[in-house]
Amino acid sequence: MSRSERRRRGGLALAAALLAVLVLLSLIGPRASPYSYSALDWRHLAVPPGLAGQHWLGTDSLGRDLYVRTLYGLRLSLVIGVLASAVSVLIGVAWGAAAGWVGGRLDAWMMRVVDVLYALPYLFIVLILAALFGRGNLAVLLLGIGAVGWLTLARVVRAQTLSLKRREFIEAARATGLSGAQVLWRHVLPNLAGTVVVYATLLVPQMIVYESFLSFLGLGVEPPRASLGSLINAGARQMLSAPWLLLVPATVLILLLLAFNLLGDGLRDVLDPTGR
Amino acid sequence: MFGYTLRRLLGIVPVLLILLTVSFFVVRLAPGGPFAAARALPARTRAELKRLYGLDRPLGVQYLDYLDALAHGNLGPSYSMRDDTVAQLIGAGLPVSATLGAAALALGVALGVALGVGAALNPGAVLDRLLTLFAALTLALPSFVTGPLLALAFGLWLHWLPVAGWRPDAPRYLILPAVTLALPLAASLARLMRASLLEVLQASYVRTARARGLGRARVLWHHALRPALVPVVGYLGPAATYLVTGSLVVETVFELPGTGRYLVQGAIDRDYTLVMGMVLVYGLLTLLANLAADLAHAWLDPRVRHEPL
Amino acid sequence: MSSTPPAGELLSAPEGLLSIEALRVRFPGTNAPALEDVSLAVGRGECLGVVGESGAGKSLTFLAAFGLLPAGAEVSGRARLGTTELLGLTERALDRIRGRRVGLVFQDPMSSLTPHLTVGAQVAEVLRRHLGLGARAARTRAGELLERVRLGDAGRRMRQYPHELSGGMRQRVMIAIALACEPQLLIADEPTTALDVTLQAQLLALLAQIKREQHMALVLITHDFGAVAGLADRVAVMRAGRVIESGTAAQVFGAPRETYTRELLRAAGEPPGVPAAPSAPAGAAVLEVSDLEVRFAHGTGLLRRRLFTALESVSLELAGGQALGIVGESGCGKSTLTRAALRLVRARGGRVVWLGRDVSALAPRYLRHLRRDLQLIFQDPLASLDPHLTVERLVGEPLEIHLSALPPAERLARTRSMLERVGLEPALYGRRPHELSGGQCQRVGIARAMILAPRLLVCDEPLSALDVRAQRQIRLLLEELRGEQGTSLLFVSHDLALVRRLCERALVLYRGRMVELGPSAALFERPLHPYTRELIEAIALADPALQPARLAKVALGEPPAPLASPGGCAFRARCPHATAVCAEQRPPWVSAGPGRWVACHHFGQWADGML
Repeated sequence: MSRSERRRRGGLALAAALLAVLVLLSLIGPRASPYSYSALDWRHLAVPPGLAGQHWLGTDSLGRDLYVRTLYGLRLSLVIGVLASAVSVLIGVAWGAAAGWVGGRLDAWMMRVVDVLYALPYLFIVLILAALFGRGNLAVLLLGIGAVGWLTLARVVRAQTLSLKRREFIEAARATGLSGAQVLWRHVLPNLAGTVVVYATLLVPQMIVYESFLSFLGLGVEPPRASLGSLINAGARQMLSAPWLLLVPATVLILLLLAFNLLGDGLRDVLDPTGR
Repeated sequence: MFGYTLRRLLGIVPVLLILLTVSFFVVRLAPGGPFAAARALPARTRAELKRLYGLDRPLGVQYLDYLDALAHGNLGPSYSMRDDTVAQLIGAGLPVSATLGAAALALGVALGVALGVGAALNPGAVLDRLLTLFAALTLALPSFVTGPLLALAFGLWLHWLPVAGWRPDAPRYLILPAVTLALPLAASLARLMRASLLEVLQASYVRTARARGLGRARVLWHHALRPALVPVVGYLGPAATYLVTGSLVVETVFELPGTGRYLVQGAIDRDYTLVMGMVLVYGLLTLLANLAADLAHAWLDPRVRHEPL
Repeated sequence: MSSTPPAGELLSAPEGLLSIEALRVRFPGTNAPALEDVSLAVGRGECLGVVGESGAGKSLTFLAAFGLLPAGAEVSGRARLGTTELLGLTERALDRIRGRRVGLVFQDPMSSLTPHLTVGAQVAEVLRRHLGLGARAARTRAGELLERVRLGDAGRRMRQYPHELSGGMRQRVMIAIALACEPQLLIADEPTTALDVTLQAQLLALLAQIKREQHMALVLITHDFGAVAGLADRVAVMRAGRVIESGTAAQVFGAPRETYTRELLRAAGEPPGVPAAPSAPAGAAVLEVSDLEVRFAHGTGLLRRRLFTALESVSLELAGGQALGIVGESGCGKSTLTRAALRLVRARGGRVVWLGRDVSALAPRYLRHLRRDLQLIFQDPLASLDPHLTVERLVGEPLEIHLSALPPAERLARTRSMLERVGLEPALYGRRPHELSGGQCQRVGIARAMILAPRLLVCDEPLSALDVRAQRQIRLLLEELRGEQGTSLLFVSHDLALVRRLCERALVLYRGRMVELGPSAALFERPLHPYTRELIEAIALADPALQPARLAKVALGEPPAPLASPGGCAFRARCPHATAVCAEQRPPWVSAGPGRWVACHHFGQWADGML
């Protein structure tokens, strides 16, 4: 194993470990504290972080425990990110594989749709939709965010399917006597898997950013519930008096995105979907 | 090339029309109406207002009316800010947003291309490693995090730059917002530029150019850089989309009087015409940016230029 | 044998121009050096042929000498050009040598020219840089150079971009650039490998002429002894980063010392007079094709689709146990014919009959079950195997599809015995294609095709992507399997000698039409169509006594572009015997003796020397 490869695998392991810690924290972390995410503690308003008190990471101006709220927000961001990515992957793979596999006019038409959507400020439309229908409505939020991310994946899957289709081993399979469905199932989809895994991993942080972005603009989750985005928004407004309200959720979000991005990049290098 | 440009320009019209049509009906499908928020208004006044703005007429008629007004260059009145027309509102905010966008674009492209080229020329060197670190960090730092953090550091703690606000005659107010907006752009472009130039430098024709004894500088500038710019230019379309959405956050964070705030507030207030005006402006902007990217691509690569389209 | 002087001594030519001594190259992160103790010398005005398989270090030697290796490579030894020591020179100093005193031409003409600069600009650039010519003078000189390399219509070509030129034209441009400053030495690295036989011959003939007229030294790097035979004064054979044999052309060709050299020589070209393929008793027809026509859409636009005719009125019949070779240059429709005969591409017209059954109108889902009797092997063995499957699963797949009732254990047993039959070791059964060599991949491809014991095996250039030695091994394997199973062969190749050896009959295609069909031996001894003769004359014989004279007869110019106008003979623009009638009427497909068919108005006259 060469040095660069060892370093790459090391980065991948580090990213996976970081992600595992964050996921575990979001699941069992809140139980370590006596407070709930919505409980108001009137005796401790806007307390700075400190191990001495009961609020390890301090409280907000309503006395809610920041440790619990941040981990709760982390959990919500993770759930929304993963589910929205799943929506994106589903649409993207179906759209891209169909266009690439069928080809011809259908392909030209489907890709034209993607081109047009690509050229539009698509997040804007989601923004409008969220403002109109979805304030605090998680299902709409999920579908809306998920509907943004599939374009790139559809393009990638389509290009991959097209190039697979032109590869000789597909012709070899047909010459052997496999049916179209058998070729698709046995030879096309398995060769797409690597690419899809990589892009799905890279989609999750993107979806988390979108969700946070909507929450930041006040269009995501509604109080008293919190996501990392809404916590950062609230923190940014009080950064002069209580900077920890910004710094704590921002740090967690940065770590989360870093972990996912490193994981995706690492997986791309290892699986190398374009290399073969 | 001219015919191609003209055809592509005309191609924007139907896309824009579809976008406007969909937006028009979606906006109106939402529960509530323009004057629902103003609770103090008596029912009769509300009905009167609706009649005044033609909102009591059938939806199809309203749609045609809107298109007719649009064809005459009239974006309509704003329902929520009733002293102004949509055109006036956009006219007031757009210079701010455009200045911010242009500054961020220039900064992002200059920084991204320079970093990318520098890193590709000496892979594995200090600059290359710094770029990797910078890109990884920036990708993990969305602008709604960078913005407040920069404001906290340079505004509140160091007092070097204003925390927020806007004065047209003071460029100091532009620095933090533009940097916030430009950083992710610079990181993406630098990564693209680096990967693309590295690939081109491996290409057979670059080795051939070296084998002709043309000299390092000429090989780089004359033979390698232009093809390497293709993916970078291709990113201009997504970059425009990013700038448009990113400016929304940055304008909120730094309290800039740009057009960004109109969109969210307009949608919440059900200010139909204002939302439509924003969709029109930003839709046109991104479509034109994508077109510019395609034209630049054709200029860079003769193989694209000769393809019948 | 003991009187033969050692390699190094032989190569220290008296008037040395380039001398490389004890060159060693190692890449970081690898243990074994890529080059070890390589010594070569080229005298003024002479041609050195450097022969070896891919990966032998041929190109590497010269890239290292002229400082063109990627950064980080460790180079040691000596390389002198005249009195200048090259190793350790600064990039700036090397730039005054490269392109000025030494011209380099690389293999792949498709990607060796900068895509966004016009051809003229790229030639002129070198002239301006090294000779200090002004813009106008450089352009004039560039035009002259392009004419010198026989690029037709040089004035127009100068304003074109590389992608608008054919592969042969681009290689001419590369040569023009390399010659621009009248270098003392031209290094041509596989200059003709990606090109058609006729183009190969033309470019080699051109190089020979330029070398003679300009008294320029030439290094010809190639894997093909045939290419070297016509040009080289001396030859060096390389293997695994070392020079294993060197000497004058007569010595190396006539009395090779190393077994490896002998193997390469044997693989390069069987001497003429090889017995034609063993004739099996002809059975019932396995494949009949009549009046086949295939068209492809050009471009992928939504509206504008131009059609291009890939095959036109092609008919053939292949009896059981027989082998038919299909030859022609690239783009002539060879591969399309195999795909259409197997109904893998849709034919616009014509009839296809498999084993007596008309399948022309059969829907694909009924066709599938019939496919087990007609199998296909491909040119690129790696690309034709699914990268994510193991060798065992790849070879077992046809059984899964066609004999799904077979118990898994039995399937595995059959798969393994087939793998053993094609000579693959059990250690390889769990590997994936990219972990195998080209020859091993092709064995897997053959095992996959033969495991169903098909009646017909269609081979689409099965050897041309392989190394010389693997070519020979795979050819022998195909011959053996064919003998054992009595399989018929439809064998597509650009290598006429190979077709002659393997196939009883051969069909020559030109631009989608049949031009000649006949028994291989007769066809190659007395071709009836001028195109067939051109193909045969272009074969490079690995014999330095014959090849230079053959090369001297080859036309130097780019073949004229085929005429667009329909009707008449498609070959007439290139044909030395064309007359008015060739432009007016399409030559009929006529019988010309026992088993022989030809489409030429004048076949009787020109072949007998009357025209």
